[in-house]
Amino acid sequence: MTTVAANGHRTAFVDNDGKPNGHGRMLRKEDPRFVRGRGRYVDDLQLPGMLHLAILRSPLAHARILSVDTTLAEAHPKVRLVVTGAMLAEKGLAWMPTLSNDVQAVLATDKVRFQGQEVAFVVAEDRYAARDALELIDVEYEPLDAVIDVRTALSPEAPVIRDDLEGKADNHVFDWETGDAAATDEVFRRADVVVSQDIVYPRVHPAPMETCGAVADYDAVDGKLTLWSTTQAPHAHRTLYAIVAGLPEHKIRVVSPDIGGGFGNKVPIYPGYVCAIVGSLLTGKPVKWMEDRAENLISTGFARDYIMRGEIAATREGRILAIRTHVLADHGAFNGVAAPVKYPAGFFGVFTGSYDLEAAYCKMTAVYTNKAPGGVAYACSFRITEAVYLVERIVDCLADELRMDPIELRMKNFIRPEQFPYRTKTGWVYDSGNYAPTMELAKQLAGYDELRAEQAEKRARGEIMGIGVSFFTEAVGAGPRKDMDILGLGMADGCELRVHPTGKAVVRLSVQSQGQGHETTFAQIVAEELGIPPQDIEVVHGDTDQTPFGLGTYGSRSTPVSGAAAALVARKVRDKARLIASGMLEVSVADLEWEKGSFTVAGDPNASVSIQDIAMRAHGAGDLPEGVEGGLEAQICYNPENLTYPHGAYICVVDIDPGTAKVTVRRFVAVDDCGTRINPMIIEGQVHGGLTDGVGMALMEMIAFDEDGNCLSGSLMDYLIPTALEVPDWETGFTVTPSPHHPIGAKGVGESATVGSPPAIVNAVVDALSPFGIRHADMPLTPSRVWEAMQGRPLPPI
Amino acid sequence: MQVPAPFEYQRVGTVDEAVTLLDRLGDTARLVAGGHSLIPMMKLRLANFEYLIDINELHDELGHIRVEPGLIRIGAMTRHRELLESDELAAAFPIFRDAERVIADPVVRNRGTLGGSLCQADPSEDLSAVCTTLDASCVIRGTDGERVVSMEDFHQGPYETAVGDAEILTEVRFPVRPRGSSAYEKVERRAGDWAVVSAGAALWLDESGLIANARVGLAAVGPNTAGIPGIADALRGQPPAEELWARAGDIAAESCSPATDRRGSAEYKRHLARELTMRVLRRAAARINGQEV
Repeated sequence: MTTVAANGHRTAFVDNDGKPNGHGRMLRKEDPRFVRGRGRYVDDLQLPGMLHLAILRSPLAHARILSVDTTLAEAHPKVRLVVTGAMLAEKGLAWMPTLSNDVQAVLATDKVRFQGQEVAFVVAEDRYAARDALELIDVEYEPLDAVIDVRTALSPEAPVIRDDLEGKADNHVFDWETGDAAATDEVFRRADVVVSQDIVYPRVHPAPMETCGAVADYDAVDGKLTLWSTTQAPHAHRTLYAIVAGLPEHKIRVVSPDIGGGFGNKVPIYPGYVCAIVGSLLTGKPVKWMEDRAENLISTGFARDYIMRGEIAATREGRILAIRTHVLADHGAFNGVAAPVKYPAGFFGVFTGSYDLEAAYCKMTAVYTNKAPGGVAYACSFRITEAVYLVERIVDCLADELRMDPIELRMKNFIRPEQFPYRTKTGWVYDSGNYAPTMELAKQLAGYDELRAEQAEKRARGEIMGIGVSFFTEAVGAGPRKDMDILGLGMADGCELRVHPTGKAVVRLSVQSQGQGHETTFAQIVAEELGIPPQDIEVVHGDTDQTPFGLGTYGSRSTPVSGAAAALVARKVRDKARLIASGMLEVSVADLEWEKGSFTVAGDPNASVSIQDIAMRAHGAGDLPEGVEGGLEAQICYNPENLTYPHGAYICVVDIDPGTAKVTVRRFVAVDDCGTRINPMIIEGQVHGGLTDGVGMALMEMIAFDEDGNCLSGSLMDYLIPTALEVPDWETGFTVTPSPHHPIGAKGVGESATVGSPPAIVNAVVDALSPFGIRHADMPLTPSRVWEAMQGRPLPPI
Repeated sequence: MQVPAPFEYQRVGTVDEAVTLLDRLGDTARLVAGGHSLIPMMKLRLANFEYLIDINELHDELGHIRVEPGLIRIGAMTRHRELLESDELAAAFPIFRDAERVIADPVVRNRGTLGGSLCQADPSEDLSAVCTTLDASCVIRGTDGERVVSMEDFHQGPYETAVGDAEILTEVRFPVRPRGSSAYEKVERRAGDWAVVSAGAALWLDESGLIANARVGLAAVGPNTAGIPGIADALRGQPPAEELWARAGDIAAESCSPATDRRGSAEYKRHLARELTMRVLRRAAARINGQEV
């Protein structure tokens, strides 16, 4: 099925009146509270007697701590507690595990290893006093040389950052490889054409509108800790707190209330959360920690920071044979990557893209530097952003070499529909796909041939216009528990559904929304299966005391994993409802026909009971069929059989001012295929947001450092994120290729546009600059960097 | 949330009250107008003052755009939005509307003031470049009365002005000459960003259509926004022409002293000084003839 929905954002409001009982466009149930300012975020929480925590951070990127004097801070009349790394070390809490089997300092004890690292904290009666008292703490540092340039991190002269690790004598984190090196080398040897390109994906930051924070409230009487925190994974966090802090898990309640954007930034456990817990344990009071904007930008999970060399081998006719890549990955001072443990480079292995190759190989080296830790964050689907950027850039380089149209080259090499499920040369099994119609639709929506004609005319006049194409396949919905776990926790998701006597329902999820619209989408999934209107279904999420276990929302996994769980749990309820209906209608189960919301006796349309009638019977005094318990509820834990593989075709049109080199994104056509579409309006919203993200990364975003390791991007005046003025009217369309293994055929879509758009924009800029002899230019394509490229010196950003 | 260090706060109702208070408190005090530069600096604790004197109530006294024969007087508390919306001002000096359209965002423009912009003395500040271009003079009032200084003398380095500890900028005056027009253009990485480089130009013709005077002001290419006298010398007495703008662009590129930073390389900024100077002179000339380019 192929349906065109150009300019979806304009039609959205028209279709909203449909009030679907199941899938379809409907306004988001959660929006009334957000648009009225009634959302409840962590920082809105006020508890009686609550104290405020502020963190002293290192001004230096690399230095030995000689002494920390807290005397004056402790003397501040409003200060209740001052804690240093040495004090935490006495309690065995100075270090905590990261999500990648490394350790990270909660508060520095021996050395500071990046600018902004946590050194001490103060708990005071108000936020102002806590911040003032930080200035009364005197820390004596012995500055050390910092490792900032990732390319020299492994040189023998480089200072060793992680001398806390036993026997560590260099800055090496890991080597990782995938694919077949020998087979790939062989294909490269016999290929007609080989193109190589150095490609940098700079360090960027998720920069959610809400920064990270927590309120910890330890009740010494019943020994229960309640932690309201900005987390995308409340259950995983609770278990880790139990393991790390030794608190019994049933005495920890993690609540993730409304979250103002996550983008992966809120997956890791940050020292600040632990400090808040320690602060509450030691003071016996609720303690709030809320980082400020600068703290968020300089210390929390960054993303990307890959230096890649891409190589592509092809025949003269444009048949792509193999891709080979070497990557140098900057992991910062601690390996804080949040990815399934068997995947240290995330899902970068899908760098083979949407193409049917003979061979592929990747070798990656990850190193420590004196920069903030993190690595997998920012809507990246576990490094697929980097992988897609690499392949889509290098394919364009090949098109340039072959003087072939970039769409034609891609079409020639797509995995064909009959090849699915398709096993890539790096071992990923793509579940389903039908690429050519998606590409064709994008081409048609863009008016591609006319655009090329326009470009030719403009070039003749000295104007600079570019058309960029990207085609991506993502691997989302982690993941099958046999392959995927985070610190031993399998990536399956629980779900519970209870239908109340009057036929209203509550569905309890393990995943947590940071703006994705779960309260609507999951109600619609259950509505589609049970025929209960979405307005009658309450979605409960984000509170570990009220929801079943599961690994949380990131990597576009909510719909592929928890969405499947919600559909299946609803079907379980429907199965029980069928038994009850057979009793009510006095027929055998086999004689019942289900039509959304009711069971009818085959051949007798008047003999029918609704799901609401059945719910009342399930809870009522009347008889139930033999062996059937009262109540109408079910629970499930869904273990996905495979990831889901959404795809999309994007076309971007840019104009570049020849005098100022400023890039304007004039048009952007995005055709996404995420399988079954539950709420098209929400999907379009996600796509719009991701495309805007893409404009930011392609044109302006970068976390930069000077040679001493000072972060130069610690405010939103220095770290630019795009506004409505930098983006065009998005033109969206879609095709539908359902996932064969997902119960409703849906695939994840939350990160598709963030993954797919940067290469389309960069490809458009490079296409525009091709008359200047340019084949590649690195992000961020600021006016200055574009101008340098026009002068024949396209400089890498680092 | 970023929080500033403790400070005392006093709101004043008249200029005299402000000056008296400043005289008493000395350099421990700072005036706050729109606050969009000062307050963030205080929250980041890059600036700490014991006293803030809030002069927003002086808007009645100092919030005006007065068009007089040969002179436009703008009160220091006139807000960006008022400068943007004034048709009278746009008729005399279209450069103001050009600039205000690209200054920050509506939230900042609703609150920020002309006086605050000039007193902040940021080398990238747009209105400083506009005032330099238009050969403005600044009226400064202190305990001993008023004095008037030229824009060249007003800015004394990055974030430094001629305004003393016990003084307040009250008004900016702009000479109006016949047969003139003006224009402004800014290159920024993103809407609301500080200028990578920006340029303003004002051009006046004599009765025979030759250039009587030409002024160009540049922002973000030196310690302060700077006027370029060499351009006036090169253009005076010439008929407006494309090659003149190119020559002026060359002079602008040679006269500026940009530095490489995250906004761009020094070479690029020098290129922009040339490019933007040409563009704004071209547009100002066209506007004299009633055309928009």
